[in-house]
Amino acid sequence: MAEGAREAVLLRNITKSFPGVVANDRVTFDLQPGEVHALLGENGAGKTTLMNVLYGLYRPDEGEIWVRGRRVHLRSPRDAIDLGIGMVHQHFKLVAPHGVAENVALGLSGTPFWAPARTVGRQLKELSERYGLPVDPDRRVWELSAGEQQRVEILKALIRGAQVLILDEPTSVLTPQEAGELFKVLGRMKAEGHGVIFISHKLDEVLSVADRITVMRRGRVVGTVRAEETDKAALARMMVGREVVFRLTKKACQPGEAALVVEDLHARTDRGTPALRGISLAVCRGEILGLAGVAGNGQRELVEVLTGLRRPERGRVAILGQDLTRASARRIADAGVAHVPEERIRLGIVPGLSVEENLILKKHHRPPFCRAGGLRLAAVRQFAGRAIEEYRIMTPGPRTPAKLLSGGNIQKLILARELSGNPALVIAAHPTYGLDVGATEQIREILLRQREAGAGILLVSEDLEEIMELADRIAVLFRGEIMGTVLAGEATLEEIGLMMAGERRTVAVGEER
Amino acid sequence: MKRLGPLFLERRLAPPRSVVFGVSFLAVLVALLLAALVFWAYGVSPVRAYSEIGRGTLGTVGGLSDIVRRAIPLILCGVGLTLAFRAQFWNIGAEGQLLAGAVAATGVALFVRVPDGFRLPLMFLAGFGAGAVWAVVPALLRVKLRVNEVISTLMMNYIMAYIVEWLVHGPWKGPTMRGFAYTDMFPVSARLPLIAGTRIHWPTLAVGVLAAVVVALLLSRTRLGYEIRVVGQNPDAARYAGISFASVLALAMVLSGGLAALAGVGEVAGVHWRLRSPGHVSMGYGYTAIIVAWLARGSPIAAVFTALLFGLIFAAGDLMKTTLGLPFQITGVFNGLILFSLISSDLLMYWRVRWAPKEKAWTGQAGL
Repeated sequence: MAEGAREAVLLRNITKSFPGVVANDRVTFDLQPGEVHALLGENGAGKTTLMNVLYGLYRPDEGEIWVRGRRVHLRSPRDAIDLGIGMVHQHFKLVAPHGVAENVALGLSGTPFWAPARTVGRQLKELSERYGLPVDPDRRVWELSAGEQQRVEILKALIRGAQVLILDEPTSVLTPQEAGELFKVLGRMKAEGHGVIFISHKLDEVLSVADRITVMRRGRVVGTVRAEETDKAALARMMVGREVVFRLTKKACQPGEAALVVEDLHARTDRGTPALRGISLAVCRGEILGLAGVAGNGQRELVEVLTGLRRPERGRVAILGQDLTRASARRIADAGVAHVPEERIRLGIVPGLSVEENLILKKHHRPPFCRAGGLRLAAVRQFAGRAIEEYRIMTPGPRTPAKLLSGGNIQKLILARELSGNPALVIAAHPTYGLDVGATEQIREILLRQREAGAGILLVSEDLEEIMELADRIAVLFRGEIMGTVLAGEATLEEIGLMMAGERRTVAVGEER
Repeated sequence: MKRLGPLFLERRLAPPRSVVFGVSFLAVLVALLLAALVFWAYGVSPVRAYSEIGRGTLGTVGGLSDIVRRAIPLILCGVGLTLAFRAQFWNIGAEGQLLAGAVAATGVALFVRVPDGFRLPLMFLAGFGAGAVWAVVPALLRVKLRVNEVISTLMMNYIMAYIVEWLVHGPWKGPTMRGFAYTDMFPVSARLPLIAGTRIHWPTLAVGVLAAVVVALLLSRTRLGYEIRVVGQNPDAARYAGISFASVLALAMVLSGGLAALAGVGEVAGVHWRLRSPGHVSMGYGYTAIIVAWLARGSPIAAVFTALLFGLIFAAGDLMKTTLGLPFQITGVFNGLILFSLISSDLLMYWRVRWAPKEKAWTGQAGL
């Protein structure tokens, strides 16, 4: 059979289901040698599932996989690697205490039993020069930045002879500048005849880096277009299935009294390394302070300290003028602080409890839900009914276990709970991460409404677009320090990108507030 | 989703009540079938064995009363364990907590001077307290030092068993018992009344049934119950919500251990009227109660009924010894088989089997 002979990879009619969802529904996708083919879609559209099928991690329920004109059955990633397919996962699979060369040598066939890393070191050097991927083979992985770790992952794939490279959301951990570097590398790989599959949900970067773009929605392919023949609006329409407004209407910010004042805050990570090194910031009522930064620069620890889940070493936290530096989580919550946690399933809900029981978490110990140690079910039910309606939580009923809800509805449940009772301060960590466009829009509107109602909001997000859209001021966090604060109206993406990479801004704008 | 020939296996996240009941019933049935093999290996016809057991336990007043008598300690321990299990605290220590209650009750019965009318209530109170203390120790060890509660509660059982052993051989050995390892007989004021014509010490039974209702209400209708369920299902969310893991766990264990100890009070005050060696006081009720609570899937009301089922097995054990000439230890085999098939059956509840043969049209479509 001649079909599929030209393509580096051909996936035909791939179907893969998981409990309750068809993640891939008869998906067909092809990759030519020497091209960058982007796979675009929202979180949950089935992009990663499709690539895991190609990488041998999942077996498709139906469908065929062809590699360079040969039909193949992949039983494990080992088979995929032997066929010249390499994958760089969104979360790197490196052994942190080991060196770069050791990581590359791990599981590599043809290396000597003794000191495999030394042999690999030479090859590594040659490849990294050829593709412009500078790394020091002797450095330990934990010392490397996210961008450098990604280079190690790409080199790992290349050294295994990858003709086809799958990059799963490669820019999510990079600063804009690092992303630019990556795109240059992809250009060089193209020139060498490699095929690259580039998974993303960011329209701009897909348009700039890809030759062809395949858009997926709810497990199906919506269409494949050439990059030069399309634009952002058209792609967004394909991705979402309807017109998307890129600008939310936002009323002018009217900052009131200080909701949160943080002075010289220091804290450590779980491993005892410094996470926060002297953070000072303020959030007023009626404004949104966006906290930008590459993941892992202290965001998590800051949020935990502010919500009473981590003890600071030094510094002061005042909420509505009240010193709550080392207060318990309950006292901080009772003081009117809402917390939309980063890991919404791990922290935000109790999966086995019903929707209505989850809606009163954190408030279950106070009237009207609790009186003299007993729960007042009527009050709970009444509150739940209102919350489900107001926040449009899609649930079969108030007594359905929360674990049966979709991600977007779980987040709406958390918001409904946290924003009830008009909190003075809302700490929202990655509130729209992983949600579809519809839920994202709704949650952003809810946050803006809360701001208009007079809450101060600290918005922690990795999504720069989201921060630019929602925040009134933007502070950038880098290695536990604030690099600078800018007014959202005046900020440029480049400027913020530089701060995310550790460049300090000398003149602080809006700091006097 | 998995395909097995024409069958589809699908995961289900929340099994409906009927499935839980059906699967549990099936598991018990499978265990009884496996036990039939044991009978057969002993040279006893399984059909005869089961019909003897059915006639001897369910068919006579004496048999029925024996089931209830055996079920009383299982109800109390089982209800207490549902509380601990809902907090995801694996309390394997009901046996030791039961014995702690027996010791405290004996102390009050023999060595404390109180007016006769107050003696029994005081025995129950003292028993509850002793069990609570014995149970709260592993909870504190877990909270403060992260000691695994399975190990600590289990080891506490041995400690308490040897304390009882030492008491009945040493300081509390009854002068009137002519060298046997018993304490003296309890005074009449320390003996529980029985239902006439049976050996059912009804006050303990009443306390047990009441405890089941109260614990059920506690779990569903109170702040403490809510916090126990949150801590059990998602300790991280509990922390996030400002719920104190330490105090919730400690309270749950005070109640869990206290209830188990009441079972011990009932055994010494209602059955033996004295403290004797631990194997005779308890017959492993504390361990069997683990299966009782497990089979009840954490529901205190259901635990009353599963306790009756295991009461039946214990009663059957007596019967097998006398009429079939089998060792009483065969009840242990029964319990083990039931627990074994129950744990294995958990998997079944979370999978749905669907009949879905491959359609011929599908291959045609792939050619498009």
